[in-house]
Amino acid sequence: MIHDDSAYESLADEHGGDARWAFGTGFDDPLSGVDTAIPDGVDAADLATYCLMLADDALVMSQRLTQWCTNAPELEEEVALANIALDLLGQSRLLLARAGAADPALPSRVAPDLPHEDALAYFRGPTEFYNVTLVEADNGDFARSVARLLVFSTWRLALLDRLTTSRDAVLAAVAAKGVKEVTYHRDYAARWVIRLGDGTALSHGRMAVGLEDTWPYVGEIFVSSDVEQRLAAANVGVDLAGLRAEFDDAIGQVLSLAKLPFRDVASTVDTLGRSGRHSDALATLLAEMQVLARAHPAATW
Amino acid sequence: MVTTVIDARVIAELVPDPELPMLTLADLGVLRSVDVDAGGAVTVTITPTYSGCPAMDAMRDDLRRSLYAAGYSTVDVRTVLSPAWSTDWITETGRAKLAEHGIATPGPARKRAAGPIPLTLQPVQRRVSCPLCGSPDTEELSEFSATACKALRRCRGCREPFEHVKEI
Repeated sequence: MIHDDSAYESLADEHGGDARWAFGTGFDDPLSGVDTAIPDGVDAADLATYCLMLADDALVMSQRLTQWCTNAPELEEEVALANIALDLLGQSRLLLARAGAADPALPSRVAPDLPHEDALAYFRGPTEFYNVTLVEADNGDFARSVARLLVFSTWRLALLDRLTTSRDAVLAAVAAKGVKEVTYHRDYAARWVIRLGDGTALSHGRMAVGLEDTWPYVGEIFVSSDVEQRLAAANVGVDLAGLRAEFDDAIGQVLSLAKLPFRDVASTVDTLGRSGRHSDALATLLAEMQVLARAHPAATW
Repeated sequence: MVTTVIDARVIAELVPDPELPMLTLADLGVLRSVDVDAGGAVTVTITPTYSGCPAMDAMRDDLRRSLYAAGYSTVDVRTVLSPAWSTDWITETGRAKLAEHGIATPGPARKRAAGPIPLTLQPVQRRVSCPLCGSPDTEELSEFSATACKALRRCRGCREPFEHVKEI
């Protein structure tokens, strides 16, 4: 029998330098050796905040997708969702490290002795996360999860595609890798929305509800914060308003094949993720994601 | 002075990939450069296959360990993110080794046309032969499999599932 308090102890044991696979915290810097100079004329704190926004979108979405592990309808879907979550986690790691490199005061303020990405992922509270509210809502059923994934990956693909020409070389490189990955994510979600929407009466009905639950979050993802507007003007970031036409076109193609309507509903969500104003769902998600790292900073096992 | 140190590039090229150990890092195309300065310090650059590749830390450790064992005392392993890795970089030797181990090899990566990236709403029709029985009659089960870089397929001939390194 494992006692509650000794389970974490055994997980946190030191295994020496020959452990081949590290889990938990304390990884090498994922930007090790990458030139992280800040482009001319760009405020370092702005750049760091912008990287946090893009990192938090990916990190929180990744954590939600991970919650499907052992719960997905079929093994193949479980593997697919875990793969998508892993890609997004990787994007998030690079972006968190880029945020820390741009403004080292940011991670050192929350956890001075940890690698930047760990400090920023595990030691910020909910009001210090800048993800859009879309990604933090509960998963709901599989239909709602693929509806959200379709909206998220369609939006993020359009965003990353524009970010490949960023004047910040790190952002441009992270985006170029991300575009290849998110193209697969969007196709995966789109195929499921079509398969369920154009399926049985039951699957059609549940897909319709999944989309209805998602539409109220769409308005927010096209509203740029002040930081995003400044960085877009400096050709470092992307203005979210400019993504809407491409988003509507891709979503429209999927929905017409899924025999489901697009509804441009007014937001009923009283949150603004880019300002750190979130729903309670984020606090619960972060509590679960952060508890081990906070109990055992820099633990590996 | 007689030197017994083996060329650092040769050492680095022999390090196996942690997830596909039948391939070396050079076969996979993730080893981008190996430089040795006048003082004998080695700088190796590697690039991740996917952003979330969990093997990057293991690759760094393996490269350092191999080069230390070969007599190099100063080894710096750096990450390079651009240009992004493509399956087109897997060498002919690497492709032959994948096939020998029952993993179907990638075709050429999709070329990007101008304009927004198009949706692909049907499984892509690929000519992927079964690496087990050779039948050309195979179907895709999922674009995702046990590692980020592979898709899952099934042979309609021998009915066996197999993995396929998907184009990226």
